[in-house]
Amino acid sequence: MKTDIILSGVGGQGILSIAAVIGEAAVSNNLYMKQAEVHGMSQRGGDVQSNLRISDSPIASDLIPLGKADLIISLEPMEALRYLPYLSKQGWLVTNSVPFINISNYPAPEQVMAEIDKLPRKIVLDVEKIAKEVGSARTANIVMLGASSPFLGIDYAQIEAGVRYIFGKKGDAIVSLNLKALEAGRKVAETLM
Amino acid sequence: MSKHLFLGDEAIAQGALDAGISGVYAYPGTPSTEITEYIQASTEAAESPIHTRWATNEKTAMEAALGMSYVGKRALVCMKHVGMNVAADAFINAGMTGVNGGLVVVAADDPSMHSSQNEQDSRFYADFAFIPVFEPSNQQEAYDMVRKAFDFSEQFNVPVLFRVTTRLAHSRAGVETAPKKGQNNLSYPENSAQFILLPANARRRFKTILSGIPALSEASEKSEFNVYKEGSDKSLGIIACGIAYNYLMENFAGDCRYPVLKISQYPLPEKLIARIADECDAVLVLEEGYPFVEAKIKGLLGRGIVVKGKLDGTLQRDGELTPDSVGAVLGFAPKSEYAMPDVVQMRPPALCQGCGHRDMYDALNNVLREYENPRVFGDIGCYTLGALPPFRAIHSCVDMGASVTMAKGAADGGHFPAVAVIGDSTFTHSGITGLLDCVNENANVTIVISDNETTAMTGGQDSAGTGKIEAICAGVGVDPAHIRVLEPLKKNMESMMDTIREEINYKGVSVLIPRRECIQTLSRKKRSKK
Ligand SMILES: Cc1ncc(C[n+]2csc(CCOP(=O)(O)OP(=O)(O)O)c2C)c(N)n1
Ligand code: SF4
Repeated sequence: MKTDIILSGVGGQGILSIAAVIGEAAVSNNLYMKQAEVHGMSQRGGDVQSNLRISDSPIASDLIPLGKADLIISLEPMEALRYLPYLSKQGWLVTNSVPFINISNYPAPEQVMAEIDKLPRKIVLDVEKIAKEVGSARTANIVMLGASSPFLGIDYAQIEAGVRYIFGKKGDAIVSLNLKALEAGRKVAETLM
Repeated sequence: MSKHLFLGDEAIAQGALDAGISGVYAYPGTPSTEITEYIQASTEAAESPIHTRWATNEKTAMEAALGMSYVGKRALVCMKHVGMNVAADAFINAGMTGVNGGLVVVAADDPSMHSSQNEQDSRFYADFAFIPVFEPSNQQEAYDMVRKAFDFSEQFNVPVLFRVTTRLAHSRAGVETAPKKGQNNLSYPENSAQFILLPANARRRFKTILSGIPALSEASEKSEFNVYKEGSDKSLGIIACGIAYNYLMENFAGDCRYPVLKISQYPLPEKLIARIADECDAVLVLEEGYPFVEAKIKGLLGRGIVVKGKLDGTLQRDGELTPDSVGAVLGFAPKSEYAMPDVVQMRPPALCQGCGHRDMYDALNNVLREYENPRVFGDIGCYTLGALPPFRAIHSCVDMGASVTMAKGAADGGHFPAVAVIGDSTFTHSGITGLLDCVNENANVTIVISDNETTAMTGGQDSAGTGKIEAICAGVGVDPAHIRVLEPLKKNMESMMDTIREEINYKGVSVLIPRRECIQTLSRKKRSKK
């Protein structure tokens, strides 16, 4: 088993919170993992990405080679497109549908969507809307994780355990809210797969 | 033995704690910052006395660590690569004194300039100072090698430079830790002349250092971190340094058909290098940063062996290595299935909405429009983003502190108005001495110290001058009537502009201090109080 994932978004959206749960699930599954993060200059509203690799055998490089990513998880649609050169032929793109517009030359959102539509394997969803339906907009990243969960190569139960572990300190109510968000995201993916 | 998911930086930090350090001395800088932050937050630091407070700059950090080593304790110094320039005087002379307690200096290099002004390669400093280098290839090695580096430093009586690059510093992987060692007791150098670098002593020290080089080289030949791996195809031998080794193995799925020499400890293991050169038709050197090993090897071999790398154009000279750039050289062409669509635009970082630097720049820009040819010398920090639209407010960004002195030089040359914009942390790091130069000559400059009461760019560390900026300026000799504090808020725009105008028109040194706490630091504080 080997899954190479690129997480992308805009600085401040919290892509690393998604990585934290996947990482926890991977490690407690005794998988190898490497995760290259972005810190520093690029965080203030600029584009950010993280390379996350999980495998049942040792991993050499911290970076994913071009054309080898099994999955792109993006909290922002234009940012999803930025990393397409890394996506493998059979790879999946899971992206939030709502643009984050903080630059004056942001393209027309329809153009962005048209590019995403060209891909053979994708899940596009409005994570914030779903998160609000679940009960809190703050669970948007976990909705995104849920929508990505069928492609991670890790059992769903392990991801649930990861959510329990990461949010455990914040109490049972927060844990069950996030488990609901995870489930809601997963349901969307299952209907679109 | 326990397993953790550590950033490279965290692996270094835990390794140093487990090696029994009594102090970490550092100034923040990407990608090194998390080492010190980890130690500050550690239970070890809470339970035993370990010095963890941020230093004012890299030079004070390096010197304090040398003092701790002098009394027999182990000390860790951390900085980003450009910090080595600031610490260089102390670092190179620490190569002359040698150590008492173990002294390890971490330099985090940033090829591709993710958050830096240049790609300088810290290994050159070590070479210059006769200091051995440890360069781990992965997080586990980072942990193991830091522990080894402290022992090595004490065994050979030398500081050790611990070099990492961004990808290792900021990538997470599983790390197994080993039992902790206690701190050293106080002890003093046996030879009282060791640390007194008067010429007569220094000449003796230098002979001692030169005569110690063969032992350091021998240690590199035998190092468990320098590994020779046989390969069946001798048309090429590959020397891979530090993290480059991983990119090589990625391409061969762990099974390389060429002989490989992995180098993680310097001075260079010349015998191992001679062996790979003898066995193979040509040698390819893979290293992050400058072609340091490649150039050395060309000199060492000097016998018609083909050496490929960055000097002959086989590999790109700038930018970090990637599995793709390494693969391309070895005949594995990188393959993208999908292209990046043309609609994708650049998304540069920007000052946060609500940041005080924004209001400072708005006011400054409004006033400077009244002058014919204003020049604003900038500095390094969040406020450097004022170079980008919509502000386009600064004309330079060179090195920490350069705003003050470049404004002075421009004023000396007859330019008006000469304005400097510098952050509070950068001011205490390297701006104070320049301000003294301005005062001593009554230079016609306006220095804006944009005080957000933190070191924001690197994530909001404590800033050495918080609460002291006016006193420092007055102490250096700035006329208190021309030290003016402003509150950078939209509603104060008119009064800010008036004050800025007055001080630009004042012929002499004036200091403007727009002061409002960084909103990110503020909200982090609020969250942690909850
Ligand atoms: C010699 C050196 N050390 C460290 C750094 C990393 N660095 C860049 S900006 C900065 C601090 C900026 O703090 P401040 O001047 O208060 O400005 P702020 O970011 O808070 O606006 C640091 C530590 C550097 N670029 N050069
Ligand atoms: S982190 Fe603080 S200083 Fe930096 S841009 Fe944001 S608010 Fe301004």
